[in-house]
Amino acid sequence: MSKSQKMNKNEEQLFAVTGQFETPDDIMHAAEKAACRYRKFDVHTPYPVHGMDGAMGLGESPIGWVTILVGSTCMLLMLGFISWISLIDYPIVWAGKPYFNLPGYIPILFEITILTGAVTTVLVLFLIVSGFPRNNHPLHDTPYMQRVSDDRFGLCIEAADENFNEAEARALLEEMGAKDIAPIYFNPVEADAGLRLSNPIFMVFLAGVVVVVSGASYFALNRMLELPPFNWMNVQDKTVPQTLHTVFADGRSMQKPVEGTVPRGYLPEDNYKEDPDAMAKYFANPLPASQEVFELGREKYESRCSACHGFYGEGDSRLQGQYPAPPTLHSKKVVDEWNDARIYHVITYGQNIMPAYAKQLTKDERWAVVHYIRALQRSLNPKESDLQ
Amino acid sequence: MSTASHTMVYEKKALPAKVATTGWALLILGLLLGVAAFMMDALRMQFVSIILFTFLAGIGITALFMVSIEYLAGAVWSTPIRRVFEMMSSIVLFLPLFALPVVLSMGNVFEWMSPKAATDQVLINKAPYLNQPFFLVRLAVILGIWILFYVLFTKNSRKQDETRDQSLTARNIKLSAIFIPVMGLSITALSIDFLMSLEPHWFSTIFGVNFFMGSLVAALSFITIAVILLNENGYLGKGIVRDHYYSLGFAMFAGCVFWTYTAFSQGMLIWYANMPEETPWYLHRWEDGWNVITISLLVVHFIVPLFALIQRKNKTNPARMIFMSCWLIFAHMFDLYWIVMPVHSHVAKIHGPSIGLAELAAALIAIGFIVVLFQQQTKNKNLVPVGDPKLQRGLAFRL
Repeated sequence: MSKSQKMNKNEEQLFAVTGQFETPDDIMHAAEKAACRYRKFDVHTPYPVHGMDGAMGLGESPIGWVTILVGSTCMLLMLGFISWISLIDYPIVWAGKPYFNLPGYIPILFEITILTGAVTTVLVLFLIVSGFPRNNHPLHDTPYMQRVSDDRFGLCIEAADENFNEAEARALLEEMGAKDIAPIYFNPVEADAGLRLSNPIFMVFLAGVVVVVSGASYFALNRMLELPPFNWMNVQDKTVPQTLHTVFADGRSMQKPVEGTVPRGYLPEDNYKEDPDAMAKYFANPLPASQEVFELGREKYESRCSACHGFYGEGDSRLQGQYPAPPTLHSKKVVDEWNDARIYHVITYGQNIMPAYAKQLTKDERWAVVHYIRALQRSLNPKESDLQ
Repeated sequence: MSTASHTMVYEKKALPAKVATTGWALLILGLLLGVAAFMMDALRMQFVSIILFTFLAGIGITALFMVSIEYLAGAVWSTPIRRVFEMMSSIVLFLPLFALPVVLSMGNVFEWMSPKAATDQVLINKAPYLNQPFFLVRLAVILGIWILFYVLFTKNSRKQDETRDQSLTARNIKLSAIFIPVMGLSITALSIDFLMSLEPHWFSTIFGVNFFMGSLVAALSFITIAVILLNENGYLGKGIVRDHYYSLGFAMFAGCVFWTYTAFSQGMLIWYANMPEETPWYLHRWEDGWNVITISLLVVHFIVPLFALIQRKNKTNPARMIFMSCWLIFAHMFDLYWIVMPVHSHVAKIHGPSIGLAELAAALIAIGFIVVLFQQQTKNKNLVPVGDPKLQRGLAFRL
């Protein structure tokens, strides 16, 4: 039983007269004829029939303007947003590119244009075609809609048309050879009672959804994690910083270093920048003179130092006068008077026009370079024992 | 939409004599100018002959691609105008002729052929692929395959005009399934050989797709001009309507956008990674005033077609479609100029972009040749595949 037949006829109004056709050719001709007489009519087919918009006398749809206007507006907004972030709010140099990095923005702008254009187009179509947020339509649940969404092609002449007359519309459909010609009634009260944003029940329901979703999220993220068994990752038998420790007498979980010791990698060399002699006095090369250390020193020396100092430390710069050549590393001063820590000081803080290499070389690498320089010096002035 | 109203009444009519006259005039003028340009500046003409060959090769093979994709996809909108596609693809028969000038001047234009290449470690490593004998073998194989498929496709299609045998369509569908992957590989190889290897240190994996899309847009432009002029003057019978023009314009629009997509992604990835073996190709097209050409290419090949072809009223308007087709043919020539001529400037030690008689000669030869070829092709063939089983559905095609 269709909805329209169940209701009291007194409350109902005529929505449309409908007829059904068997073939796409028939519906095409029917649409052409209906278009001569009526403006408010529609065609329903189980699949898209090409050329139908021409037959129905529809012009070009303005929906494309919605797509392009919304898409390009959102693209410009996004461009402004990215520019604001990268020029004003949080400018960082990334991969050596300029702050305003247009080629990198283009994929994002492209995606935003497509996304906003497409979503807005669909929403606007909902609004126009089905009167969103209305959730019903007189044609819903009618035998007409059942057939035209399956194997028939339907023509629906609406009563709202200014030329509409029920008997005349029926006659026209009969003349065109339509089958199952039937009027469709609708109940204005029921049509109005559909889902509306202003409906109090709907508003209360919406508020309820908000409370339940946010409450559940809060519970899951803030409360549930404190309850067993979800807290197992949080509560573990281990010492974490800034907590009381029961083993040590002073109760600290982070102990101070032992008096008179320095942790590895934490030599307090920053204090000796202005005082190279003190550094030479208090420091010694911590690395062993092993094959690995020499290899590391050679690699770092050749990549960082050799451009000016030469591959053998003779001050034979490869820069051909573009930068002043340094003195040789085989001088009496460097070989005999300076100890390892004194050379280390030069590498760390620079000397004269030689810049500091603390940023380019780690501490171990610098000590390894010192070892390698010593090896270069020995190779030029070998001892008796080396020659045997 | 009764089938009766779309039944084609096709009578073969000969093209007017002025088509042949115009074509021959353009071709002969182009050839004379080409000889003059060769006398004045041989090196420029040698580089321009690469543009000429790749322009015609790309159009010929992508027109054949449109024929095969129609068979494979079961498309109907292009069936009534498929003969125009087939006639445009007959360019592949003459490609060996246009490859000859390039082959003869290989030593002057390809850096990997120069004596310097023998000491360049990168080029020594690439030598197993980039060497003259293998280049010629590849060229012969690629052109041979294209000609073979052209002959097979058109033979079946023409036989159907008389026999109305539907199994010929089925045979062409099978051929298409073989042809499309072969064509994808061969056009990539051709674009690598003739265009990418001009700067042999550089490489880009999307280059072949980019060349394919540029060529497809140019082929569709020539086809659109031919279809509109033939149909508006009644040579294609009655039944081809604006919806068919729309589809051609739609394919051109899609091709332009995809060309831009590949060109931009190639450029952006290289720009972002900033690796020394990839960036020089773009630096050569950005420094010395070439940035003006690069930005103009973006405007000519993307921004103008984007706004012109996105509108339905332009795609269904014959005059505007012919204008946009001419525009896009120029855009593809401009694209090839942008790819090839910076290398010429580098070799000839010219600062900045320059244009000479050779470019004009090549454009006249290409257009004159296509007009003459098309006119010859129409002489004793139907302009509509009257025996094709999809013809009626194709004529009934509406948006």
